[in-house]
Amino acid sequence: MQHYPIIVIGGGHAGVEAACVAARMGVQVALVTMDAGKIGAMSCNPAIGGLGKGHLVREVDAFDGVLGTAADAGAIHYRMLNRSKGSAVWGPRVQADRRLFGAAVRRVVADEPTLDVIEGEVAGLRIEGGRVRGVALADDTVLACEAAILCTGTFLGGVLFRGEERFEGGRIGEGGAAVLAAQLREAALPLSRLKTGTPPRLDGRTIDWARLAEQASDQEQWTMSPLTGRRANPQTFCAITRTNAQCHEIIRANLTRSPLYSGAIDARGPRYCPSIEDKIDRFGDRDGHQIFLEPEGLDTPLVYPNGISTSLPVDVQERFLQAIDGLERVRIAEPGYAVEYDHVDPRSLDRWLQMRSLGGLYCAGQINGTTGYEEAAAQGLVAGLHAAALVLERDPPALDRANSYMAVMVDDLTLHGVSEPYRMLTARAEYRLRLRANNASTRLTPLAIGVGCVSDRRQKWFERREKARSDVTAALNVEMSPSQMRRLGFAATDDTGKQVLSDWSRFPGIDLPELVRAGLVPRETHPGLHDEIGEDLHYAPYVARQDAELRELRANERFALAEDFPFGEVPGLSNEMIERLAAARPDSLAQASRVPGITPAAMAALLVFARKFEGRDAA
Amino acid sequence: MIRISGPSSAAALRRLAGPLPDVRKASVRQLRDARGNWLDEALVLWFAGPRSATGEDCAEIHCHGGRAVVRAIERALEQDCGLRRAEAGEFTRRAFLNRRMDLLEAEALGDMLAAETELQRAVLASAARGAASGEVSRWREAILSASAAVEQELDFSDDDEEGVAPPSVWRNAIGDVVGEIGAWLAVPSADRLRDGLRIVLAGPPNSGKSSLFNALLSEAAAIVSPIAGTTRDAIERPVAIEGVPFVLVDTAGLRSEGAEEIEAIGIARAEAELARADLVLWLGPEGDGPAGAIEVGSMIDLPDAARKAPPALQVSALSGEGLAALMAALAEYGRERLPRPGQVAISRRQRELLGQAQVALQAAGQEPDPLLAGEALRQARHAMDAMLGTVATEDMLDTLFGRFCIGK
Repeated sequence: MQHYPIIVIGGGHAGVEAACVAARMGVQVALVTMDAGKIGAMSCNPAIGGLGKGHLVREVDAFDGVLGTAADAGAIHYRMLNRSKGSAVWGPRVQADRRLFGAAVRRVVADEPTLDVIEGEVAGLRIEGGRVRGVALADDTVLACEAAILCTGTFLGGVLFRGEERFEGGRIGEGGAAVLAAQLREAALPLSRLKTGTPPRLDGRTIDWARLAEQASDQEQWTMSPLTGRRANPQTFCAITRTNAQCHEIIRANLTRSPLYSGAIDARGPRYCPSIEDKIDRFGDRDGHQIFLEPEGLDTPLVYPNGISTSLPVDVQERFLQAIDGLERVRIAEPGYAVEYDHVDPRSLDRWLQMRSLGGLYCAGQINGTTGYEEAAAQGLVAGLHAAALVLERDPPALDRANSYMAVMVDDLTLHGVSEPYRMLTARAEYRLRLRANNASTRLTPLAIGVGCVSDRRQKWFERREKARSDVTAALNVEMSPSQMRRLGFAATDDTGKQVLSDWSRFPGIDLPELVRAGLVPRETHPGLHDEIGEDLHYAPYVARQDAELRELRANERFALAEDFPFGEVPGLSNEMIERLAAARPDSLAQASRVPGITPAAMAALLVFARKFEGRDAA
Repeated sequence: MIRISGPSSAAALRRLAGPLPDVRKASVRQLRDARGNWLDEALVLWFAGPRSATGEDCAEIHCHGGRAVVRAIERALEQDCGLRRAEAGEFTRRAFLNRRMDLLEAEALGDMLAAETELQRAVLASAARGAASGEVSRWREAILSASAAVEQELDFSDDDEEGVAPPSVWRNAIGDVVGEIGAWLAVPSADRLRDGLRIVLAGPPNSGKSSLFNALLSEAAAIVSPIAGTTRDAIERPVAIEGVPFVLVDTAGLRSEGAEEIEAIGIARAEAELARADLVLWLGPEGDGPAGAIEVGSMIDLPDAARKAPPALQVSALSGEGLAALMAALAEYGRERLPRPGQVAISRRQRELLGQAQVALQAAGQEPDPLLAGEALRQARHAMDAMLGTVATEDMLDTLFGRFCIGK
């Protein structure tokens, strides 16, 4: 029987990051997928990044992950969302050519020497002594393992809805992993259902582009991964149109033919990404909704109309589309549909996404109730990192809500579960002033180097960048008097007194670029480094105000609550609180404090009892 | 007793009381603040961690009982030494984390903590949704709604055609919450209600403070003597006037020069008393009293006494003339300050948290950058959470998704 310490099931974005991070750490990994040609496929919109999501891409990249460089390899349109706002909420996003992106991912996978791709359908898990010991394939092959990472996306029990039509499967044209789903149900893993949807794909040759407003690619030459260097592809443009009263009328008249409204789907869909049916039903007063027409690639006419996901019957889809400006003669290449699928209740997972009740089994990606390539990739990375660290007997990196969006997401998922597909939002990160997309390397690459998942190339790049940073920081720590500043041409009054340049940089007309021009600070050698340092200075007072909060967070983080902690026995807790705590299973005092409704008094009661409980354990 | 815990304990004790005493050995020290003002003579003790109550470096200051003195020392610790007041249960938690506290001891402290959540219970108990809980719920909703407006701007507006929202959007959502919290903060705290409103009698020596004090109490508690400066300490007595609880405080004569050492102590305490008074009755020359003081013309039985202009009250402790009018005025003042039915008296900790929320909301209302407004609103939520229990980000998102049509 062939043995792999780690087997990853599924070749989507979660599976790829899980397999590749373990391989980068030198562990032998098998990536089992039904179709090796579909590894790295983008099943929904052709965009990578966005608000909150761009942070995840940069964080995965800081661990030397695949997503960032592959996004650059496929990018045909760059846009920094929210650029008019504070940099902590900037969202880097690219439109990626599906073919180029997928090819780039498959190249990385193929180049990992310790990673084998195995084509086949997983027929079941081998479970012995409460642990996963192997994976059985449909052709009777059995692979032994120490850890299996399930990254099966919507393939578990997926059903597609379009008007009155129904199909089994995850994506159009591929079969679902029904056998595996049945086995997981048998193993009493807590499963429930969610729904999501996708818009019709349009034939771009039938769109009247001339009538529509264009959105060009950003002129600034930023890239998703700082290691990319320069943009690889010719840049194209997106176009913007909007729905109108006539279009709304058509949809409203046919609402009962949508499975969302006929009662065929009762699982909850994402509120932040509502179907066009939902938008019109719930916000009927709006006279129009924006639609972004996103090209799917350089050598395909397919266009993704972002903003109108729908499961109305095909004839209705056609009619409402043709009521829209610029789409009067549009041809649908692939109609939109809704998917209802099983997901694992992520509250059954620990903070490394390992099943609490089944050692060695990890779940990552959409299977945990999330949506989005970026969310999936980040979870794959977290699970793969941990599984590999266990195999290698290394400490996994210390991720927490104050150092990464990844940890925010995993903490939210495992503590609160999901009631709708979970999407990253900057609003979820309470320490977002310090978690910027452009400082992801600074925050996380040292941890990545520590756990050994970073290539020589990135490590050298990072060390050079850190050297450059310390040169700039040292220059900013030099004290200058007002008269010295005036001699260099800056406006400075004597009442300010002597102060360091970083303090001077807060004065009007004295920012970092000006200090560089005056020769006081070294020229930028790493794109974005000066911006990052400037923003650190800008946010410093706000960040400092969070210090007390963070001290408490980290102290409470260290106070672990045992797996079998009996919340019901804690004196003084209300029944409601006991229920909430028992469902959320916080693994530390810090997690308990984030359970809704938990009061300071309840925290004190927990603390007292937890210490007593610890004593009992030891006895 | 004031206990200090943490790595800055030694520095703070040195700053206030000079060189560190020997470990675990009580020694008498003069405490002074950073400006050299004398605060108190106190016993100080120094405990090096981990052999201390919390397991960290600790210091204890056993000062003279008066609360004014304690306040003054606390102020010095906060302002001069950068320390902060402990969170409720924080010493317990630290002791626990460092494995220093006995369990029974900790559980006893739990009662104290339970009392802190009285307000929360009042607010959350659906059975008894009075006016007060309604008001706090409204604040919470206003903060959530302002947050939702900001977060919609940050997380969803890039693709929205409606343009960048002006700060008025979240300022409107905050509405008058800042003012309403202010009104709550103006209500005496629960401790104040329990202990009574502090009425301080102040004026130069021989202005008749002690006589009036005694007349009001109808008992001889302070030493009365014709020699200037014989009342050497603040003397306080609880008393009820028309059912309103008060604490009457008599102070040493306020003199700026010529005071002996021991009297200087009394004067320092008198000044501290003035600072924490709810109301000052000023018996000295008209217009010389502290801001907000009520002018009282005393000793009107003496033919050469200076008459103060109305609306100043005129009393004679000797004849009793004007005393009834003064007491009626005090009672009315007290009733105004008492919480009206439906208002909730708040503890000192809740007051601090509400104060933090108020400051944060004020900042948010003035902040044009939605990102920083969002941070200020988060701090307001954090303060409300610390008072009322955790609200998950999810609640804010519910508000957001309910109000806006967002997403692609």
